[in-house]
Amino acid sequence: MAEIQLRDLWKYYDEVPAVRGINLDIEHNEFIALVGPSGCGKTTTLRMIAGLEDITAGDISVGDRIVNEVAPKDRDIAMVFQNYALYPHMSVFQNMSFGLRLRKTPKEEIDRRVNMAADILNIGELLERRPKQLSGGQRQRVAMGRAIVRDPQVFLFDEPLSNLDAKLRVQMRTEIKKIHQRVKTTVVYVTHDQVEAMTLADRIVVMNEGVIEQVGTPEEMYDDPQTLFVASFIGSPSMNFIPCQVEAANGGLSIQLADNLSFPVPADRLDRCGPGVGREMLFGIRPEHITDKRPHTDPTHHNFTSDVVVLEPMGIDTMVFINIGETEITTRSRPRAVSQVGQPMEFTIDMAHMHLIDPKTDVVL
Amino acid sequence: MVSVPNVERAAASSSPSSVRSRVKKRLGPDIDGYGFLLPATIVMISLVVYPFCLAIWFSVSDAFVGEPASYVGLENFIYILTEDDIFIETIWNTLLFAFWSVLFKVVLGLSCALLLQRILKLKRFFRGSVLLPFVAPTALSTLGWWLILDPTYSHINWILENMWPFSVMGFGPYNFLGEPTLAMASVIFVNIWRGIPFFIITILAGLMSIPEHLYDAAEIDGASTWRKFRSITLPLLRPVLAIIILFSTIFTLGEFNIIYVLTRGGPMNSTHLFSTYSFTYGILNHEIALGAAVALFLFPILVLIVVFLLRMVRRDTSHEL
Repeated sequence: MAEIQLRDLWKYYDEVPAVRGINLDIEHNEFIALVGPSGCGKTTTLRMIAGLEDITAGDISVGDRIVNEVAPKDRDIAMVFQNYALYPHMSVFQNMSFGLRLRKTPKEEIDRRVNMAADILNIGELLERRPKQLSGGQRQRVAMGRAIVRDPQVFLFDEPLSNLDAKLRVQMRTEIKKIHQRVKTTVVYVTHDQVEAMTLADRIVVMNEGVIEQVGTPEEMYDDPQTLFVASFIGSPSMNFIPCQVEAANGGLSIQLADNLSFPVPADRLDRCGPGVGREMLFGIRPEHITDKRPHTDPTHHNFTSDVVVLEPMGIDTMVFINIGETEITTRSRPRAVSQVGQPMEFTIDMAHMHLIDPKTDVVL
Repeated sequence: MVSVPNVERAAASSSPSSVRSRVKKRLGPDIDGYGFLLPATIVMISLVVYPFCLAIWFSVSDAFVGEPASYVGLENFIYILTEDDIFIETIWNTLLFAFWSVLFKVVLGLSCALLLQRILKLKRFFRGSVLLPFVAPTALSTLGWWLILDPTYSHINWILENMWPFSVMGFGPYNFLGEPTLAMASVIFVNIWRGIPFFIITILAGLMSIPEHLYDAAEIDGASTWRKFRSITLPLLRPVLAIIILFSTIFTLGEFNIIYVLTRGGPMNSTHLFSTYSFTYGILNHEIALGAAVALFLFPILVLIVVFLLRMVRRDTSHEL
C-alpha cells in the first residue's frame, strides 16, 4: 500500500517561500495531477516527495512511514524527468537497468524486468541503442521504462510531455493512461497543461503561489471551481468573467450586465448567490455555455443578441467573440450558425452553468 | 583534356580583367577568404614551417656555428643514441617528469575542480585566485620558487627548522636543487603548481556541462556519491580529460622555462629534458646538428601521443549531453 500524505508542508529557498503549508492525501493507486502556472510550487512539491529537495517544515509520509529524512533511494519511488535525464553514455538497456544493478538484483531478474518493461512500452528493438540515437518519443518511453523496471510503490512524473511536439504529446498522453491501467500504482504527475491534468488524473490538485487552491476530480474542477483562479485555469478556452450586479426581482435574483442585458439566476442557485445581492460581482460563464440560438424549453436557457467582433473557426466549432460592455466575451457556436463580423447574431446562454465570484476574495459563491 | 590548349590560348590573348576572372574561377567564389588567410599563413610559414624544416635539415647535417654544413644522414641520431649517455638519461628524465607531472595534475586538478564546484560562497574569488599561477609569467614565478628552494635562503628549510611543530620533528635542512632525486621532485612539483590552474578551470567547465538532472536521476536510482562520480561524472568528463591530458603531455614533454631557471639540467644532468639538453648542445656548445637531433627526437613520440589521444576523444564524444 502506498498512500502519500503531505502535512503542513513548507519549502523556503533562502527567504522566498516556494511551498506554503500544503496538506494533501493521495490514495493507494491513485493518479494525482499537480497543475498550476510556472512558479506555483508544483515541481518543488514533487521533488520534496522524491527526496531531491529538503523540507523546510512539515511531514511527508509514504505508506505508513514518515520519509522526511529518508534518502530518495530508500523511498521506493521512481521518477520520470522533464528532459528525460537519460544517461547519454549508456545504452537503453543500461539506462533501464542502472537502478537494479545498484541494488544488486540478479542478472536474470534484471533481464526479465527490462524485457517486460520494454514489451509494455514497445521499445524492445531499441535496447542496444544510445539515447542520442532515439527520437523524443522513444526517449520518453525509455525514461518511463527506467521507472517501470524498478516496480516502485510511487511513480513521480515531472512535466514528462512538455518537451514533445503537440501531436506526440497527445499520443503519449494516451500511452501513459494505458500504462497506468496496466501497471497499477500511485502516480503523482506534475504538469502546467490543464488538458493533460483533466484527461489523465483521477483527482486534480490546482496550485497557485505555493498553496493548494482546490483538490477534486476533473469533473468537479470543471463544473464547480471554488476560486477565481481555478475557474480561469481549468477549461480551454478559459471562462469569461463579466462585471455584474445581482438584483432581487420577482421573488428571484437576476444578473445585471452592461448593455442592458439581464438574466435570471436559476432556482437552485438562489441560495448560493444570495450574499451577492446589491454588490459589484463577477459573473463567470464558459464559452461552451453561450452558443448560437437553439430551440429550447429549459427554463435556464435565455436568448440575447450581440454584434460579432471576431470569428475563430476551429473546425468542429467556431469561436465567436462579442463585447458586453467593455468586456470581450468568447462564445462557442456551430460553424454553420454563425453570422458575419460586424453583424448582429442571436445567442443562447445556459445559466445553469453560471458562477458568481466575489472580486474582493476571489471566492466562487 | 582536349579543351585545355584552347583555354590557355584564350587566357594569353585576353585583357587583364579576364585574367582576374579566370583566377576567380579557379579559386572559386571564396577568393577573399584566401586574402584574409594570407597574413596568418606568412607568420606560420616564417616562424613555424621554415624553422621546423631547417631543424630537420640541421639534424641530418654536421652543422656547427659559423661553418658550412654538409649532409651526414642519420649519423647524429646514431651518435646520441649509442655514444651519448646523457641523452639516454634525458629520455628517462623526460618520461619521468611528464608522467608524474601529468598524473598529479589530473588527480589534483580533478579534486580541486570538484571542490570548487561545491563552493558557493565567494565563488568568484576562489575561482579567480586558482588562476594566479597561470597568469604570472613562468620565468618570474619560477624565480620565486628558486628562492624558496635555494639551499641557503630556502623558506621551506627555515620553516622546518624554526617553526613548531616541524622544529621538534628534526626534518631538514634539504638541498632541494642539489640532489638528483630531490631536484627532479622539485621541478616536477613546480611544474604541477604551474600547470594545475589550466586543469582546474577546464575540468570545472566540463563538470558544469554535465546536466544536474542526471544526478537527480542517479540519486533516485539509488547511486551513492562515489557511484555517481564513477558512473556519471567520470564517463561524461572523459572527452575533456583526454583533451587536457593531450595538451598537458605535449607541453610538459617540451618544458624548458622551469628547468632552465631552477636547475639548468643539473645536478649531474639529472633534470635535463629534451629541450634543455637540446639548448645545451645547440646554443651553449654550438653543435647545432646534435641540438636539432635531440629536439627532433621528441617529434615522433608526440605524433604518436596526439594520434592516440585524438582517437580516444573521437570515440568518446559519440554521445551528446
